[in-house]
Formats: sequence, structure tokens, C-alpha cells
Amino acid sequence: MQIPYNAVERPDTGLYNAKLGIWLFLASEVMLFGALFSSLVLLRVNATTWPHGWEILNVPLATVNTIVLISSSVTMVMSWASLLEKNFAKFRRYLGGTILFAFVFLVIKAFEYGAKFEHGLLPSTSNFFATYFTMTGLHGLHVIGGIIVNIYLWGPGSKMWTTDPARFINRIEVAGLYWHFVDLVWIFLFPILYLL
Amino acid sequence: MDLLVSHSVSPVGGSMSDFHSIDSRTHVRKYLYVFYSLMVLTVVTVSVSYVHLPFIAALIVALIIASIKAALVAGYFMHLISERKMIYALLVLTVVFFVALMFLPMLHHSDPGMVG
Repeated sequence: MQIPYNAVERPDTGLYNAKLGIWLFLASEVMLFGALFSSLVLLRVNATTWPHGWEILNVPLATVNTIVLISSSVTMVMSWASLLEKNFAKFRRYLGGTILFAFVFLVIKAFEYGAKFEHGLLPSTSNFFATYFTMTGLHGLHVIGGIIVNIYLWGPGSKMWTTDPARFINRIEVAGLYWHFVDLVWIFLFPILYLL
Repeated sequence: MDLLVSHSVSPVGGSMSDFHSIDSRTHVRKYLYVFYSLMVLTVVTVSVSYVHLPFIAALIVALIIASIKAALVAGYFMHLISERKMIYALLVLTVVFFVALMFLPMLHHSDPGMVG
């Protein structure tokens, strides 16, 4: 069955269907992370003591991870721009860069988690660590999800470029919108958890 | 197949019309400026955290910088600066619910039954 309006825009929405779909999904994601941020506010405001993130978390590592994730967002948007230039080789280099940066992010995160576990700092240790592990863990799962989609689009999924390039460009745009959202969540998680 | 081979071996914009190559280069330059701005703002927010401002001041500074960074990502990388009305409408609704969600913890304070 052919899904309609996956390459051309629907006259009534002015959007191709996948784009409206991803924005609806991102709206639900805003509420998902919003619920966690709201819970953090509730816990922190009512806590008698709450540690400063910079006292017990590794700010330099998280700063490197912020730079890594921002870089991955740039390579993601550049991969899309490369397809607009009809330069497939360049697209693959940039998307490959995004995937690589995403793995670097996860490896750094794993080091961070490992160091916490070694010191016996677990989600059950305190409300601070419960929120830290829940929020960064959920964000990490989103990074893993993005990696899976991007690897598919870099590898087997890229065959569509030869059969239906307009639709493939849209797929990359949609994957990019999701990836930038993952970056956006980190932009708030980083200062709120690590720097305050 | 022809599309893939002919374009993957050509230099950037080499086989494109002037309009497309200029348009694309403008885009790429814009993305790089946003990237540099995000890097600078990251350095600024980390530097400010080492000053150890009082909590409220630190919170305000951190949220302002994070909001600017988020606006840059959403505006340029997610192309929200020039999007369709349908997406703006969807996002306005999302923002309303998000703000309501952020204010939910306030109910805890305003409900006398919950105090103590």
C-alpha cells in the first residue's frame, strides 16, 4: 500500500505526512521529558538538602559530551543539506559523522555511569541520583534510538536515494528533526543537572 | 542510479544550477555560524557555573543561556524560523501544556491539605 504525501506536501496541511507525524511525536516527547523536569522541580523545591550537580558530577566530561552532541547535530543538518546539493558521498560522510559522535557520547556517558557505580552512587542513593539516572538514562535511550535509525538510513535505507530521492531527503529531514530534539533535551539537562 | 553516480563524483554544486549552489552555500554558512554560537554559549554557561553564583541567579543565567541555545537549534537546525502554520499551531499547543506541566508542582504549595 502506498502511503500518500510522503514526498509532496498535502494541500491542506502544507506538509508532507511524515513531517507532521514527527512533530506530533516530538510534541509527545516534550510532555514526556516535561513530566520529568516537573518532577525534578517538585523534588528539589521540597528537599531540605539538595547537592550542587558540580560537586558530585563530572562537569568537564559532560561539557565534552555537550560539544560532541552539538557537533552531531551540525553534521546531521549538513547531511541533509548535502542531499539538497545532490551530493550523496558527502551526505554519507556527514551522517557517518553524526553516528560516530553519537557513539562517542554514549561511551563518555558509560564512563560517567561506571565511575558513579564504582563509588556506590546508584539511583537508590538519593533523589538527586534517582532523577540524574532517570533523566540521563531516558535521554541515552533516545540517543540509542537515533543511532539505530541513522545507521539504517546510512546503510540499507540509503538505497531509496536511487529510487525515490525526494522521499529519501524527507526521511533524512525527519530523522534530523528527531536528532536535533535529542540535542535540545541535552541542552537543558546539562545545566540543570550538572551546573546548578 | 544515474542520479547517484553522476552527483556523488561531482564537486559540491558542480552539477547544480547557480541558484541551488548559492542557496546551499548560504545554508551551510548559516549552520556553521549557529555551531560556533552554540560552542561559545556552552563555554559561557560552564564558565559562569565556576563562579558559584547564588542559586536563583545561577538558575536564571543557566536557563537564559540554555533557552538561547535551544532557540538556535530549533530555529535553524529544525528550520522553525520558516515553517508552515500547522507546525506553529501544534507547537503553541505543546508550549501551553508544557507550561502547565511546569507549574503543576505549585499546586503542592497552594493545597492546604498537602502542607506538612
